[in-house]
Amino acid sequence: MSEALIRVENLWRRFDVSKPWLNRVIEREERQFLTAVADVNFEIRKGETFALVGESGSGKSTIAKMVVGLIPASSGRILFDGTPMTGTVGADMRAIRRRFQMIFQDPFASLNPRWHVGDIIAEPIHTFGLASGADAANQVGKLLDTVGLSAKDAEKYPHEFSGGQRQRIAIARALSSRPEFIVCDEPTSALDVSVQAQILNLMRDLQDELGLTYLFISHDLSVVRHMANRIGVLYLGRLVEVSEGKSLFRQPQHPYTRMLLDAVPDLAMSGRRRKPVEGEIPNPINPPSGCAFHPRCPVAMDRCKVEAPKDRDTPIGRAACFALEMQPA
Amino acid sequence: MADVLLSVRDLVVEFPTRRGILTAINKVSFDIHAGEVLGVVGESGAGKSLTGAAIIGLLEPPGRVAGGEIRLKGERIDNLPPEGMRKIRGRRIGMVFQDPLTSLNPLYTIAQQLTETILTHMPVSKVEARQRAIALLDRVGIPAAARRIDDYPHHFSGGMRQRVVIALALAAEPELVIADEPTTALDVSVQAQIIDLIKEMCSERGAAVMLITHDMGVIAETADRVAVLYAGRLAEIGPVHDVITRAEHPYTRGLMGSIPTLTQDSDRLVQIPGAMPRLTSIPKGCAFNPRCDQVFARCHTERPDPIDRPGGRQVACWLYQKEMANV
Repeated sequence: MSEALIRVENLWRRFDVSKPWLNRVIEREERQFLTAVADVNFEIRKGETFALVGESGSGKSTIAKMVVGLIPASSGRILFDGTPMTGTVGADMRAIRRRFQMIFQDPFASLNPRWHVGDIIAEPIHTFGLASGADAANQVGKLLDTVGLSAKDAEKYPHEFSGGQRQRIAIARALSSRPEFIVCDEPTSALDVSVQAQILNLMRDLQDELGLTYLFISHDLSVVRHMANRIGVLYLGRLVEVSEGKSLFRQPQHPYTRMLLDAVPDLAMSGRRRKPVEGEIPNPINPPSGCAFHPRCPVAMDRCKVEAPKDRDTPIGRAACFALEMQPA
Repeated sequence: MADVLLSVRDLVVEFPTRRGILTAINKVSFDIHAGEVLGVVGESGAGKSLTGAAIIGLLEPPGRVAGGEIRLKGERIDNLPPEGMRKIRGRRIGMVFQDPLTSLNPLYTIAQQLTETILTHMPVSKVEARQRAIALLDRVGIPAAARRIDDYPHHFSGGMRQRVVIALALAAEPELVIADEPTTALDVSVQAQIIDLIKEMCSERGAAVMLITHDMGVIAETADRVAVLYAGRLAEIGPVHDVITRAEHPYTRGLMGSIPTLTQDSDRLVQIPGAMPRLTSIPKGCAFNPRCDQVFARCHTERPDPIDRPGGRQVACWLYQKEMANV
């Protein structure tokens, strides 16, 4: 595989969720912080699909937003093709900014209802000065064609399209600045399965054609398995396991990954008995000490309660768990 | 097979609008047997939730049942006056909705909501009702039920709230529970707990379940039989294993192929072209004909009725009529 396009190093994000100042004074409360992302490291190689999975509140979308710069990181670095995203400003930043785009979850909210579809798609073209006038209109037509709509649709408004078609428009907009890297935050979770299949197929075709790199965020493990080359599993803002795509499903290493896979209802009806999962995700304002997963972990030891495990190489990638140290890989 | 508990025959649900009448459910028929779990699947707009709402008499006006019959143990319930329906709703048919936050009243404690349901439907005293409520909460897996019963819904997490809703639906020991997307708002790890709970609770009490969902994985693990709806019509109904592994209706086949699984390896997913028609423009003949890859002349003109197939399956597709004629 080729070199890394995105490198995320020691990424942290804390949100201040304190009550207003006066309430804090009267009620004698401390400031409260929610750690949404804690010390996350990963890299995305050129041309691959890297997926982040996790339950709600695990920090998937927060990471996605930090990678495209929609929210700043509390600490840590994100390198795009070797250039750090924080500290780069002006023309340099603009040059980088053109090279990545984002597709959002809800195609009903991500398209401006007052704009023609053509204008929506042309906006990045104009912003980055890639083309103008008839040339831009021409490109919009081609983009619509690429995503399976017709060039005539440029004159319509978003409300004239169904959810799947709107997601196609969102994809066309993402492609219009000719990016190399696209962050997809739950791109199909608002869609029906048959439409989801159309969009997933389209995304893979575009990747083959244009050599795109994807950061793919989803809570749906079967979708992730279908799309991703490599997968990172998040739990309470911590990356507990990173592994090659299909191997993760064959031999999950971290107990949380194992639990997550056991919980997925299976269409193949293999007759396996699902292990009942204990408990729910704890409150991220007061995460458990040591390994964040220890209250729900079937193999938790005393050590897990006091010490946070470090990443450790596994046959299929890496995982952060003390139990893996006991049984040498 | 056990007795027929609920029988739906030629159900038609209409919405009168300014631009004419929209038929949201068009002649759907199926049975639910005592103690079984019937899955109802389909994409958005297929009429899954409306079918449930029609059965329990909670159609939002101007929607109305315009034809057909719904019978609970042989007794017609679709034409009951509101008062009569209220006695059945909650008592004989329980309901679990998708969003546990909106199906609980935020201004009342869990105890008030549970005892209200129990007192309405059962001849017990207030003290007994409270004890029953605590036992129920305990049974659905709420830790420290006796203490938590006096909490408000916002004190509970999403999964816990859905447990409370299930307790509420089962409070009066109904014969049928209609669960409309009970796990859609929940995370996978919690989803599995809730599915197990619904299954256990119902088999313990011998209650039948109508499980409405768009998630085929949930159906595969939970249901005994499954009904596939398309554009307000029944496409296929049969034992869950048969329908999932050997789907006969071209729509069901496409639907199954379009779902990525955890075990199969394929580069592309099966793709059904187009999208489900809007209610205003349902095509003539078979509603699926513009998207079907095996369409022929008859599909454009005549609507297929469900045809009996081996193994207790019914398929609404002319392909099988032809086959039968050839035999």
